[in-house]
Amino acid sequence: MTTALPRLANAAALNDFQKQALPKIAIRHDPKAPPYEGVTHHIMVCFDTGCHASGGGAVALELEKELAAKGLDKKVKVVRTGCHGFCEIGPLVTVYPQDLFYIRVKPEDAAEIVEKTIIGGQPLERLFYKLNENAPAVSKWKDIEFYALQNRITLRNCGHMDPGEIEEYIAGGGYQALAKALGMKSNPEALLNEVKKSGLRGRGGGGFPTGIKWELCRKAAGDKKYVVCNADEGDPGAFMDRSLLEGDPHRVLEGMLIGALVIGADEGYVYVRAEYPGAIRRLRQAISQAEQMGLYGNNILGSGWNCTIHIKEGAGAFVCGEETALLRSIEGERGIPTARPPFPAISGLWGKPTNNNNVETWANIPDIILNGGDWFASRGTEKSKGTKVFALAGKLNHTGLVEVPIGITMRKIIFDIGGGIQNGKQFKAVQIGGPSGGCLPASLLDLPVDYDSLVEAGAMMGSGGLVVVDEDTCMVDLARFFLTFTQSESCGKCTPCREGTTRMLDILNNITQGKGQKGDIELLETLARSIKQAALCGLGQTSPNPILSTLRYFRSEYEAHINDRKCPARSCSALLTFTIDKDKCLGCCACQKVCPVEAIEGDKKEPHVINQDKCIKCGSCEDVCRKAKAINRS
Amino acid sequence: MSDNVTLTIDGQSVTVPAGVTIWGAARKLSINIPILCHHFDVKPYAGCRVCVVEVQGMRAMAAACACPVSEGMVVKTNTPKVREARRLVVELLLASHPQDCLTCDRSQNCELQALASDLGIKEVRFKNTKPQLPLDANNPSLVRDPNKCVLCGRCVRVCTEKQSASVYTFANRGYQSIVTPAFGRGLENAKCTFCGQCSVICPTGSIVVKDDTEKVMEAINDPDKVVVVQTAPAVRVALGELFGAQTGAIVTPKMVGALKLLGFDRVLDTNFTADLTIWEEATEFLERLTKNRDMPMITSCSPGWINFLEMYYPALVKHHSSCKSPQQMFGALAKTFYAQKEKLDPAKIVSVSIMPCTAKKFEAKRPEMRASGFQDVDYVLSTRELGKLIKSAGICLNDVQPQNYDPIMGIGSGAGTIFGNTGGVMEAALRFAYEAVTKETLSQLEFNAVRGLNGLKEAEVDLKGTKIKVAVAHGLANARKVMEAIKDGNPHKWNFIEVMACPGGCISGGGQPISHDMNYRTKRTEGLYADDRNLKYRKSQDNPEVKAIYAEFLGEPGGHKAHELLHSHSVHH
Amino acid sequence: MSHNAPSPCKCVDLAKLEPVFQQYRKKTGALIPVLQAAQDIYGYLPIEVMESIAENLNVPVSQVYGVVTFYAQFHLEPRGKHIIRSCQGTACHVRGASRILGALKENLNVEPGHTTADLQFTLETVACIGCCSLAPVIMVGENAHARLKPSGIAKILDGYRD
Repeated sequence: MTTALPRLANAAALNDFQKQALPKIAIRHDPKAPPYEGVTHHIMVCFDTGCHASGGGAVALELEKELAAKGLDKKVKVVRTGCHGFCEIGPLVTVYPQDLFYIRVKPEDAAEIVEKTIIGGQPLERLFYKLNENAPAVSKWKDIEFYALQNRITLRNCGHMDPGEIEEYIAGGGYQALAKALGMKSNPEALLNEVKKSGLRGRGGGGFPTGIKWELCRKAAGDKKYVVCNADEGDPGAFMDRSLLEGDPHRVLEGMLIGALVIGADEGYVYVRAEYPGAIRRLRQAISQAEQMGLYGNNILGSGWNCTIHIKEGAGAFVCGEETALLRSIEGERGIPTARPPFPAISGLWGKPTNNNNVETWANIPDIILNGGDWFASRGTEKSKGTKVFALAGKLNHTGLVEVPIGITMRKIIFDIGGGIQNGKQFKAVQIGGPSGGCLPASLLDLPVDYDSLVEAGAMMGSGGLVVVDEDTCMVDLARFFLTFTQSESCGKCTPCREGTTRMLDILNNITQGKGQKGDIELLETLARSIKQAALCGLGQTSPNPILSTLRYFRSEYEAHINDRKCPARSCSALLTFTIDKDKCLGCCACQKVCPVEAIEGDKKEPHVINQDKCIKCGSCEDVCRKAKAINRS
Repeated sequence: MSDNVTLTIDGQSVTVPAGVTIWGAARKLSINIPILCHHFDVKPYAGCRVCVVEVQGMRAMAAACACPVSEGMVVKTNTPKVREARRLVVELLLASHPQDCLTCDRSQNCELQALASDLGIKEVRFKNTKPQLPLDANNPSLVRDPNKCVLCGRCVRVCTEKQSASVYTFANRGYQSIVTPAFGRGLENAKCTFCGQCSVICPTGSIVVKDDTEKVMEAINDPDKVVVVQTAPAVRVALGELFGAQTGAIVTPKMVGALKLLGFDRVLDTNFTADLTIWEEATEFLERLTKNRDMPMITSCSPGWINFLEMYYPALVKHHSSCKSPQQMFGALAKTFYAQKEKLDPAKIVSVSIMPCTAKKFEAKRPEMRASGFQDVDYVLSTRELGKLIKSAGICLNDVQPQNYDPIMGIGSGAGTIFGNTGGVMEAALRFAYEAVTKETLSQLEFNAVRGLNGLKEAEVDLKGTKIKVAVAHGLANARKVMEAIKDGNPHKWNFIEVMACPGGCISGGGQPISHDMNYRTKRTEGLYADDRNLKYRKSQDNPEVKAIYAEFLGEPGGHKAHELLHSHSVHH
Repeated sequence: MSHNAPSPCKCVDLAKLEPVFQQYRKKTGALIPVLQAAQDIYGYLPIEVMESIAENLNVPVSQVYGVVTFYAQFHLEPRGKHIIRSCQGTACHVRGASRILGALKENLNVEPGHTTADLQFTLETVACIGCCSLAPVIMVGENAHARLKPSGIAKILDGYRD
């Protein structure tokens, strides 16, 4: 733990502090770097919620125990880091200075790691990553394709430093951007120009140019202004913002402070989901450390400039990710969107000009200020600059958190970084953008992933959830899943969303339950078209996207459900017929016993038959018929 | 920045002041964009999406009711997309709405019904899957049917913005959203003042006035009963609207005629007790002013206001006048003085009042309102209920033979008639006080400083040396401002304050006809001032019947008998 | 389970809110943090607590109610120590889920969606928990109890009671 942190009087003091801090982490970058104060090794254990869930916490404790037992606790530092990214194969451990990357580490492995790698200086090959059984083992994380194809800017520190130590953030160049911005305090326009030049667009989904947003707020009349960080990440399957806040909280804080300076705000809010206690803890810690060091609060770095950031915990409402709803929630009201205009940049929190960006957007700011807008704009496409963080999930071989240059193809993300589809199944679709996004088919795998191409294809960038589905997924059911979510999270203010999502869900429920009717598709299209146009906020307007995109690319699946009462993916149980293959059936009666409705007839040792009139298609028989595999679904 | 903005709506150019909404600008071009959640009395909400329009350059449609115009804006209000969206929105609303229009209180006067008709909705393709909720009807004034609620939030806004009572809120979210008082309580437990503004602003039959017409007809049809009816000042200027008259038309003689046709035995005028109120209240005021007792003094004619005061400012109840409202003075006298004069058995008198008000129904049932030994006022009908009663009897108001009020309690002055609009009670009291203090005849009867629709009006009146500072507030949000000022030590040094619960006063009370004319308050107010000018007596002190009742029955204003019958004591805790 | 365990006092000690009010009384946008703190104190939000919050923060009580019912985090009723989910899926239904639910209601003396007076159990229903072959099923906390008979409910519940 850091002892008393010094208060930094000015930018020079920050530089001095960085110089002193650098040697402490040098072995992570330079294998030849001398030990600092006798510390010869750093063992980095991914401590993000994901790895933690698969036992990362126990691994770290066990390592510390082993080290203490061997009297190495002063020489080897165990560092608990934020998300390293490759969650699929966690818990992840990296050992420096050798730069060895161990995967799926269990507490039982701790002794061997200490014995072999720390004391013996030898790699532990069995913990190395292999693409498949026959592939060669890879010792360094950078050499793994999953990482090699990424371009990590905002995630740069995630997984590679102790997010609880401001010293490590500063050692890596942290708060230099703030110092630079404060040096240009008299010329905020120049700072704003860099952000505009960078071409950075809002990473929360909509993709509004950040620089223009800042400019609107900066120019808005009013002596009191606010900055807000939207950390109400609520898309099912998305955890980019949580990982950033847990893994590199100072980066977000620094971005917000710079934004406040440019806009002319002296107060800000971070609105975090209450379901992210780890992120809230890290943020609080970061704010407290930064304040002690004079990097936050009053007279920041001796500049005379003050800024306060409050943390507001959300209370469980997805709609609060919508910026006007979020502002109402901060004000202590129901999180209900309000009509725009007036935009928050003109009239936001308590009627004051307010600039709201999401976590990832803020996290991009320090690098833009430090390296210039052109540097940032050299990545990405003409209209979508920089990189984007995605949470890869679904039926992929490699799931996890990735950051890629915008404009990369979907194929690269899914097949090169993501390692292709599990179990040799066929790729069917990728759902991008969460409940507001859409499903794209195989024919669009070479689509560049950028804001405008995605919207054109019927999806959207969203906050970065990317769910891959294979041939076994029913696209109607997938649309129904997302509609169930949006319908239950609708705030209830506007008719199209409140009533319309309910009606769309009713129809989808009917279709997947085999009760679809002629005209349902057209009715869905009518509903979707008007809801998209007439709903009050972005959430309502985008709520039909999962339906529209699946109708666009997988219409035949809808038709099969309705016209033929069939689910082509053989997923919607109500549309299935379970039969018993006479030749395979052993007559063991197991299926008879589990059938909840006594629909299975037949004597012992004789082939059984399913009475289709009684069958409720629960699939229990299929589950128990493991040995003979005599149950067919069709 | 220029103060005017020029935009194009449906190909026509229009220039409007900055800040005006698309809806407002369209009206200037006589384009009536349909609305449901929007109402001119409250702030835009943009929730129902019936008013969506296409705006060039916007990704989605805009709500015309809330979207401010901007220079060069190009708006289309009637494209196929717009029409499709509006129709779908209304169809979706209808799908979650009971289909009992024919038997609904608001049938033919329902904004949802009108929209469905105007937009040509022919079929509802969705089934109502909302769970049915119970009625909220355990109060004397209002009936809420949450199943008919379209979640427009007008009641929430009027109760918060205009009345500052905030009885209603949206609760839950999404498809489970409802409008309700806190904790799902009934209005009787929700610190509701029963002002009824929610029932006026509700576009559907979700909030209606409790219907007492059957009880009244029963009494009329009972040969044993003598049914005496009084009509409040504001009823005469609004009833006509229900029968196609122009907003603000005075229909007193036809109304009296219709009441007689309906079978009321005696038709009398609340204006009479309005005048009586002035005698009592002005006398009380002058006495309290002299003794500096519980000053400033606040009027007490508006039962919604009294409810508000008791519930929200219980510590300041002493400030209001002990005078009962004209309705209750009338009720107390009907079963005492009037019964004596007319040789009627008070037990057989059924006292009915026609009121612009919903809170009066509550007031009539207050336990202390039994000065006659009976319930002083038996039934209160709102103007809207009277309209229905007249229609149900097949009476065409326009063709009714004009009639005069019956004698004894049937004469009212112009001062009494302006009780129906904000500032009227104050003006009537000043007309009285001036002459009482100065012993001179008042030549200029109009006190313009207390007239008009400003939420809070102030004036200093010189009664030949006695200077008094008066204030007039209407709408409970303005009343709250007054009370906060009194709490802060009355920095404006007000002596006498008139408060009316409803914005505009009784002319736009909770029981009045629902008007879609944005200027209806002004027009009804002008109607009453015209009535004042046309009446034989214009000052309460000139009302011969009032003079007579003091001489024959009451004795002195503020005297013992007057206190017994005309003042309320329980409110002074 | 001891049947004569004292039922928890219905009255709520509002004094516990005072430190929360002291921290937030003058602050803007305090309603949600105060409700969160109050729920931490009481485990849920009793009406008296919401009324007290309305008074102390000078916001209408209807607004407090509107906010509390909007956010999933807030509970108007105490939550039981154990959450019981009674499956109402098709398989469970045909195998007598309604009788199981009936037995639960009778044993706990609460309707679905509510919590027992001793705060041991909250009874909920769920559309399907996907254990059809084990029907009828209930979940108590994370544990599934399968192939139930109404007569077996008492024993299962007793296993969870303090």
